[in-house]
Amino acid sequence: MQLDDLTISRRNLLQGAAASGVLLAFHMPVRAATGPFAPNAFIRIAADNTTTLVMPQVEMGQGTYTSISMILAEELDADFAKVALEHAPPDDKLYANPPFGLQATGNSNSIRAFWTPLRTAGAAARAMLLQAAASQWKVDPATCSAANSMVTHAASGRTIAFGALINDAARLTPPEKPALKDPKNFTLIGKPLKRLDTPEKTNGKAVYGIDVLLPGMKFAAVAQCPVFGGKVAKVDDTATKKIAGVYKIVQLDDAVAVVADTTWTAKKGLAALDITWNEGANAKISSAEIWADLRAASQKDGLVAKHEGDAAKALAQGERIEAAYELPFLAHAPMEPLNCVLQLTKDKCEIWIGTQVMTRVQGTVAQLLNFPLDKVVVHNHLLGGGFGRRLEPDMALLSVRIAQKLDGELEGSPLKVIWSREEDIQHDVYRPVYRDTIAATLRDGKIDAWNYRVTGSSVLARWLPPVFEALKGVDFDAVDSAADMPYDIPNKHVEFTRAEPPAVPTGFWRGVGPNNNVFATECFIDELAKKAGKDPVAFRVSMLDKEPRLKAAVQMAAEKSGWGQALPARVGRGICAQVSFASFIATVVEAEVDEHGEVRLRRITSAVDTGIAVNPDTVIAQLQGGLIFGLTAALWGEITIERGRVQQSNFHDYRMLRIDEVPRIDVHVIKSGEAPGGIGETGANAGPPALRNAIYAATGVALRRLPIDRAALAGKRSA
Amino acid sequence: MRRTLLTIVAILVVIAGAVALWFLSAPGPLSFAGGNKVALASYKDGKPTGVPAELQQASIEKRGEYLAQAADCMVCHTAPGGKEYTGGFAFKLPFGTLYSTNITPDKETGIGNYSDAEFLAAMHRGVRRDGARLYPAMPYNSYTYVTDEDALAIKAYLFSLPPVKAPARTNTLAFPFNQRWGMAFWSAFFNEDVRFQPVADKSADWNRGAYLAEALAHCGDCHTPRNLAFALDNRKKFAGTVSAGWYAYNITTDKGAGIGAWTDEALLSYLSTGHAPGHGTASGPMGEAVDHSFSKLAASDVRALVAYLRSVPAKPSSDLPSTLAGVAATSHRQGPDNGRGKQIFAGACASCHDWSGVSAITPTATLTGARAVNDPGGTNVVQVILTGMQRPNGLVSMPSFGSIYSDADVAALANYVTARFGSKGSTLTAKDVAKLRQQTAQ
Amino acid sequence: MATLKINGETKNFEATPDTPLLWVLRDVIGMTGTKFGCGIAQCGACTVHVDGKPVRSCLLPVSAVGDRSVTTIEGIGATPAGAAVQKAWLELEVIQCGYCQSGQIMSAAALLATTPNPDDSDINAAMAGNICRCGTYVRIRDAIKRAAGNAA
Repeated sequence: MQLDDLTISRRNLLQGAAASGVLLAFHMPVRAATGPFAPNAFIRIAADNTTTLVMPQVEMGQGTYTSISMILAEELDADFAKVALEHAPPDDKLYANPPFGLQATGNSNSIRAFWTPLRTAGAAARAMLLQAAASQWKVDPATCSAANSMVTHAASGRTIAFGALINDAARLTPPEKPALKDPKNFTLIGKPLKRLDTPEKTNGKAVYGIDVLLPGMKFAAVAQCPVFGGKVAKVDDTATKKIAGVYKIVQLDDAVAVVADTTWTAKKGLAALDITWNEGANAKISSAEIWADLRAASQKDGLVAKHEGDAAKALAQGERIEAAYELPFLAHAPMEPLNCVLQLTKDKCEIWIGTQVMTRVQGTVAQLLNFPLDKVVVHNHLLGGGFGRRLEPDMALLSVRIAQKLDGELEGSPLKVIWSREEDIQHDVYRPVYRDTIAATLRDGKIDAWNYRVTGSSVLARWLPPVFEALKGVDFDAVDSAADMPYDIPNKHVEFTRAEPPAVPTGFWRGVGPNNNVFATECFIDELAKKAGKDPVAFRVSMLDKEPRLKAAVQMAAEKSGWGQALPARVGRGICAQVSFASFIATVVEAEVDEHGEVRLRRITSAVDTGIAVNPDTVIAQLQGGLIFGLTAALWGEITIERGRVQQSNFHDYRMLRIDEVPRIDVHVIKSGEAPGGIGETGANAGPPALRNAIYAATGVALRRLPIDRAALAGKRSA
Repeated sequence: MRRTLLTIVAILVVIAGAVALWFLSAPGPLSFAGGNKVALASYKDGKPTGVPAELQQASIEKRGEYLAQAADCMVCHTAPGGKEYTGGFAFKLPFGTLYSTNITPDKETGIGNYSDAEFLAAMHRGVRRDGARLYPAMPYNSYTYVTDEDALAIKAYLFSLPPVKAPARTNTLAFPFNQRWGMAFWSAFFNEDVRFQPVADKSADWNRGAYLAEALAHCGDCHTPRNLAFALDNRKKFAGTVSAGWYAYNITTDKGAGIGAWTDEALLSYLSTGHAPGHGTASGPMGEAVDHSFSKLAASDVRALVAYLRSVPAKPSSDLPSTLAGVAATSHRQGPDNGRGKQIFAGACASCHDWSGVSAITPTATLTGARAVNDPGGTNVVQVILTGMQRPNGLVSMPSFGSIYSDADVAALANYVTARFGSKGSTLTAKDVAKLRQQTAQ
Repeated sequence: MATLKINGETKNFEATPDTPLLWVLRDVIGMTGTKFGCGIAQCGACTVHVDGKPVRSCLLPVSAVGDRSVTTIEGIGATPAGAAVQKAWLELEVIQCGYCQSGQIMSAAALLATTPNPDDSDINAAMAGNICRCGTYVRIRDAIKRAAGNAA
């Protein structure tokens, strides 16, 4: 390790970042207020007129650092070119995500949840600065205005920088209800501004959790029992001990780690171990058994999430049309494999990590170590993808358990633990398997009755038990976009039947609850349209009079995608309409199916009304990316279990869309003055049903399971 | 029913007749060498059997371990992911699946109760302890040449292993192949049941190589084509054949199809490391043979093997081109383009193998010059795509792509790879790949 | 003590010869711009240039580099193609989480250095080995074309 180089490169990092106008203060321990003027938890203005914005939500590619900064700077009237950003420290009191009550980034709600709090924070600070200037000039604050971090008194032509006002402003009491800007006066919000986090991501200077280097650092590689819940029986480390650079072999009850001078030595040492596992009772579990259980569970009544009209009666009166849709386990596979850097001493644990749940990492580690909360210091970093995987603290807990075993000279050493890609995929918290059963009747070419049952895991029950209990088990996530499905149907009944798969841990996966519900609903709508003899777009539009924003999106997507225009043989267009995360989105996928059942994407068009698009370019990017994320899963994604273990391990058997398989994706953002909706998850919802419906149109085969079954499309197996 | 019986009887009579005729004139594995065979004791130039000089003083278990490695017992007697020597490896035959058995010294499920004589009967004559006949998937027609001393050393080694309880898996052979007694006739025809006899006028190296290749390593079991009765056809000794879904290539001295044009250094390197510059990397069963057997042999023994291989008469292979393709173009634009195959290559393969076929990462990933890509049948290219190539000791491995690509995709990829890096492209279909996939599924 | 020529500078380091270049860069020399993604050359996150050619550093033993010059994401901006790619990446706002982008930029820069005006087939051939989980592919394609225009 060459520490001098490291120091220099870190200094360069700061200089380089400062020169580009943005400072991401990754490494500095953050205190509540380092600047003289800190009117609230989000804003600090220094005497040199720089504004530092503290990010309550984490940046994992979704552009939230830029959007949050835009909202704050908009109401503050700060010079956006000169803002600096800082990751928030863990603090639920200051930075909790309001609906969760904890500092978590997920569910596409960063902008929705913080829209008003951030605007208020910016406006309050601005009001104080205006007041300070007005007092200095002895004029009415109403005659002063702010722009680009300066206050101006137009009548006298006087101006003063925010930085010169900080001492006076700091003495004022922040107004509780400052006046917010009229959206028509927004100068930042609504503009496709350049992202603040991207310059450093083009030159290798951005620091993700996995990049943190500390003096004297050791590196660990880890192997967990391949069977869920299995334990270590015996470790023969004879060969590993002979490898130069291996410092220690750590045996935990369910995992083995090798600590070494580099990650490579640690990996080599791990590979040289002969580990015998006590696989335990789960070693008999297989996907076949899990599916059989889920299908049986889906016959049981569930908890009612929605009841309108009388679906049972209406179903009894018409021709009952039924279908069941099944979705597989999925891994997250963010490009940055799971990792954690930490330094554990007798009375303090310091952690460097990219996580979606800062305070949960802090809290669970403190609990594990039996430390007071303030003895666990967590530094957040950029995330190399989250997708829900980093809503879990498990990588930190395992790393702490490894660090606890460091003794002698190693005790207290900084340690970097990196999971191999294989560990990352085989020890995920998986998107649950779902089975959604629907029964419906048609009347006058429209849907008259709709009986919908979601059967699957409740991630919420494990992840946020108080909310699950408050909902009395009706997991809002599991029925999201089902209980509130957009079509105007007089008789609706929606249920949730909780069925937890044995052994396999389940978690949130980009798109969350709406993934299965938008899929099942939109697939079935296409089947009903066919039954009704209607065009899928016209059929949807006919039932969307009460959802004008979605109706407009459907019509725009149809128009922009060339819906209705002739296509070659075995090519089809499919549509998906959704209201999820308070966004109204319609997506058309055009795809081709060859004689072997291989599917090729040809074109994708989305129209989105997400209310005020804080940064419309980010909205477009998130939909493009979300669509690819969802389509990857629809085409190939499935985690299968055999003998209690995950069969997939890396990108050679857990397949990803590549650039040459991705077509043109056009996203049309509909102008709107409504409050902003969520966007990060939505593309993942939209892709699979739109693709499936395109295949339905191209081949007539009604697939009801993901991933796409090529044998069924090649005519070798019934769908 | 009667008709079926008659048909079977008729078939058996015909087979028996043909086989008898064939047998009367069939050469043995060493017939090509001619010369004067003598008893071991009479051979003047040292002892071709046993272990190399450096192990002469070792314990019987150590000597047995070396010989067991030379005989490559472990690979066939271990299921993928299973414990060594506990059996369960599947042999996919046209008439069903046969599973290897547990040869750890477990008394109940292994060979713990075998006496020396019983062990020798199995090794030399294919007779199980209970008197039942073994199928020739167990190469006793080769092991029959192993001396008693060496066979008992192997036994001592196996008996030094920890006993593991692992019951045999049930074979799924169809009638009449599930009738073990039939193997008695097979043995009578095709198993000489004699121990190795050196050729007096050949060198010590040659005789040692012959013993290693014919008695222990049983090269012919994969590399020599079989006749109708599934016995080795030594008229085409080492001329190459497809078995168990892999093409064991021509290893005669033919300069085009065989190894006649290889240098000694290349052969030594290939056998002891699994790779020789310009000749590709051993994969599949040969990769396993290198990893578990040849790479563990003494240098003197590998040299002896090479000396022996050099003496095997050249036989052409009409299905293999005699000239190998050179380095492919560095740009994707030059060379073939079959759409799907090229697309998969770009995404999953080019990062390691390069568009030129010369890997920028490791010579073992270089495709240029490898026989597999210069085989217009494409058999081994398909198998490597499906199953990958796992190398021990942290060497660069290739992942298996069998689960994410369809048969049609694999066919397209193999056709592209053989066309781009070989002298003649394959024309495989999805059906061909499905068959190959079935043959190597465990 | 061995040496590597990285971004025009000579770096001394100590590591076993079989250590992949990736881990020498990241863990020994402390240059963390080059990323670990899969370890089996399937994702491209670890791409560096060795004598101008894109190579997956996660599998390349450091001893195989010899005295050839290594260029990493930290130094690619000093090449005309690299600078053009970085600029186009920002102009079109390609990046999301950014973790794969070091590799994407290295692959794109290598493409432009040999093929100044790539068409879609050239982009596919050069970029299909780089996986992006955020799904920035549409913009990567556009940005490569923009960079070709910028450089011209």
